Amino acid sequence: MSVEKYEVHEHDVIIIGAGGAGLRAAIEASALGCSVGLICKSLLGKAHTVMAEGGVAAALANVDPQDGWQVHFGDTMRGGQFINNYRMAELHAKESPARVYELEEWGALFDRTPDGKIMQRPFGAHTYRRLCHVGDRTGLEMIRTLQDKTVASGVEVYMETTLTRLLKDGNRIAGAFGYVRETGRFVLFKAKAVVLATGGWGKVFKVSSNSWECTGDGVMMAYDAGAELIDMEMVQFHPTGMVWPPGVRGILVTEGVRGEGGILKNNKGERFMERYDPKKLDLSSRDVVARAIYTEVQEGRGSEHGGAYLDITHRGPEYIKKKLPSMHEQFLKLADVDITKQPMEVAPTIHYAMGGVRVEPETSASTVSGLFAAGEVAGGLHGANRLGGNSLSDLLVFGRRAGEGAAKYVKSLNNPLKIDEAQIESEKKLLLRPFNESGTENPYQIHEELQNAMQEGAGLARTTESLEKALKKILELQQRAQQTRVPGSRLYNPGWHTARDIVFMLTVSEAIVRCAIERKESRGAHWRKDFLSKDETWGKQNLVTYKDTSGAMKIKMMPTPQMPAELAQLFQQEPVVTAKK
Amino acid sequence: MAEIALKIFRGDASGGAEKEYRVEATPGMVVLDAVLRVQATQASDLAVRWNCKAAHCGSCSAEVNGKPRLMCKTRTDEFQGKEIHVGPMRAFKLIKDLVTDVSFNYKTARMIPAFTPPAGEKAPFTMYEKDVERLYEYHKCIECFLCQNVCHVIRDHKAPFFGPRQLVRIASLEMHPKDTLDRAQFLKDTALIGYCNITKCCTEVCPEHIHITDNAIIPLKERVVDEFYDPVQWIWRKIMGRNSNGG
Repeated sequence: MSVEKYEVHEHDVIIIGAGGAGLRAAIEASALGCSVGLICKSLLGKAHTVMAEGGVAAALANVDPQDGWQVHFGDTMRGGQFINNYRMAELHAKESPARVYELEEWGALFDRTPDGKIMQRPFGAHTYRRLCHVGDRTGLEMIRTLQDKTVASGVEVYMETTLTRLLKDGNRIAGAFGYVRETGRFVLFKAKAVVLATGGWGKVFKVSSNSWECTGDGVMMAYDAGAELIDMEMVQFHPTGMVWPPGVRGILVTEGVRGEGGILKNNKGERFMERYDPKKLDLSSRDVVARAIYTEVQEGRGSEHGGAYLDITHRGPEYIKKKLPSMHEQFLKLADVDITKQPMEVAPTIHYAMGGVRVEPETSASTVSGLFAAGEVAGGLHGANRLGGNSLSDLLVFGRRAGEGAAKYVKSLNNPLKIDEAQIESEKKLLLRPFNESGTENPYQIHEELQNAMQEGAGLARTTESLEKALKKILELQQRAQQTRVPGSRLYNPGWHTARDIVFMLTVSEAIVRCAIERKESRGAHWRKDFLSKDETWGKQNLVTYKDTSGAMKIKMMPTPQMPAELAQLFQQEPVVTAKK
Repeated sequence: MAEIALKIFRGDASGGAEKEYRVEATPGMVVLDAVLRVQATQASDLAVRWNCKAAHCGSCSAEVNGKPRLMCKTRTDEFQGKEIHVGPMRAFKLIKDLVTDVSFNYKTARMIPAFTPPAGEKAPFTMYEKDVERLYEYHKCIECFLCQNVCHVIRDHKAPFFGPRQLVRIASLEMHPKDTLDRAQFLKDTALIGYCNITKCCTEVCPEHIHITDNAIIPLKERVVDEFYDPVQWIWRKIMGRNSNGG
């Protein structure tokens, strides 16, 4: 037993992650009278939400009066290919407008219509102009507004603190344990409820729009604590990431470019989307556009560096600089491309995890008592493919619901929780392992090999063979990850942090690959080249991942919840959906 | 393949020195790419903050050849033939290598009176572009704190001057058409706006090209002057009471 002391904090509710969902949950739980601790790995305001560019989807009907929650709901279900949780999609579509207006009351400033309302732009697979935006920096506006509101609400914020283990008292959540990045000292948070808002796991792939933080630590802490995960095979490729130069490969090019009229072309100058989706063209859903670009490249019609051309020059310099200022600056500074004069080069990049912790739609409660999840770390809303703009609204709607769910849960508890020192000791041992003299592996090397394996085997186009190969590599790397060795002390040591991160990343990758092998059809983001069509049976099933009592990863099928008649009738014109088995 | 030589500051509160590293150069490489390559292959304990790698988050602030820059936006080919020195921001206390203690900025942010719309007024707000146009510029701030780093008041004085970043934030609140508070007293006595003598160093380093001095600090200084140092206003308030000036 180590004798090292650790810092202890106590709150009713702790929220892990300070992106949009975490901040919104913190505001809600605090408003309901809970003592709230908000813990984030980076500085406040740097979470991945800040990267969101195009906008937040909400059927305000400011520019297209025909819009309404039913249409938004329909678009979301169609986009997700009907394996979404219909109730989450319903709540999301109904509540997004109120959540956006609430931001305005907290000081957020969106672009305006001529009559002084919030402006809305078109986006992929949204029937109407629906995305409330501020140029191409909507995420920044949202995170800053929520950050200021959180701070003003008196929430305690613990920055640059990484939690790696959820603690349980019997079947209930009792807190979380981890370390302070700056000092490397251990820290314990005692809490009656935990809200996970830790985002996605795009860093398991090589070409990704995600930051270093997106390692899947949250989803894996939930898994380790016994929570069920859903739809882990569903990982979204955003069709337009930067391609050249190599250092920027994968950095996001907002869908707002196409929303503002940008056109995709191949090396022959053809508007190839005419062949893949003649109706929605460049604003088809992300899975369709990503596959189209991939196919163009595979068939020899790609751009110079293996992508497609995205051209917005016809909108004129003034308009481009007003509506897409960050994109203009990003290409000018990083790629020597002036997008007002030249086309951009773009190719698919890993962007978003549709799957995640399985939650109750109303409360965002996971299958573990006292554990809640909201935002990207939770699964169910987006099904097999997320529509652009639905992520920012997701984290507002379900961030609030998770905060409320946690606060109500806390009030229902009456007996005190116990912290189990044995759980802390086992996590300490795991954390300190890379300082053992016997290790030889560089954690960065393992990470790089994992990224290559996932990109090749479990990327945009998948086959049984490619997935099996990836799985073999993951299992091998899981062994090697037990032998890492890091130099230096515990003081702000990124190599040491990475050694724990890769343990999470390897397990999350295993879940992605195992589920992808199971789902023998193509649906949304999951494109199996050996099972090219959609399968009606699979269209009514979600895949659930969980850890069994022996610690092994198990996958099971679970029927997708069926819509009540009043929602199902919204799709009556569409035989694909109404076909009953 | 060509190599890039980087001299990166290594050390902590107890001291340190530059250390040279060499990495393979790739086309269009930025300083952050090079630093992360060093971290992955030669110095896994090299401390550096970064997130988005696309100049949207403001995490990777450092001094490159003595100039405050975002490392993700600084191309290495800018320095062809010259050495590249990378060090931490110097206005803040060093934690380790390129990471500094910027908590001061979060403490002052907490003190700023929050956005306060009229009681009972609910969104949707009707706000026209012409009323909010100038606010967009303030809202572009990514909190990289390069302006704070270069501010000589913060660097040279121990005074708890809030610095350019927080003045931009206060400007965004003060000029919001739906905000009802008057922060002039706060600007004068707590944020200590009078310490700024408009040398514009902050404006020069802003990666978001915000005209910090001209568009945020000077208008706020004018408010403070109007409210506290204008003799006509002063007499008017004596007669009419404190809340009578339009603000």
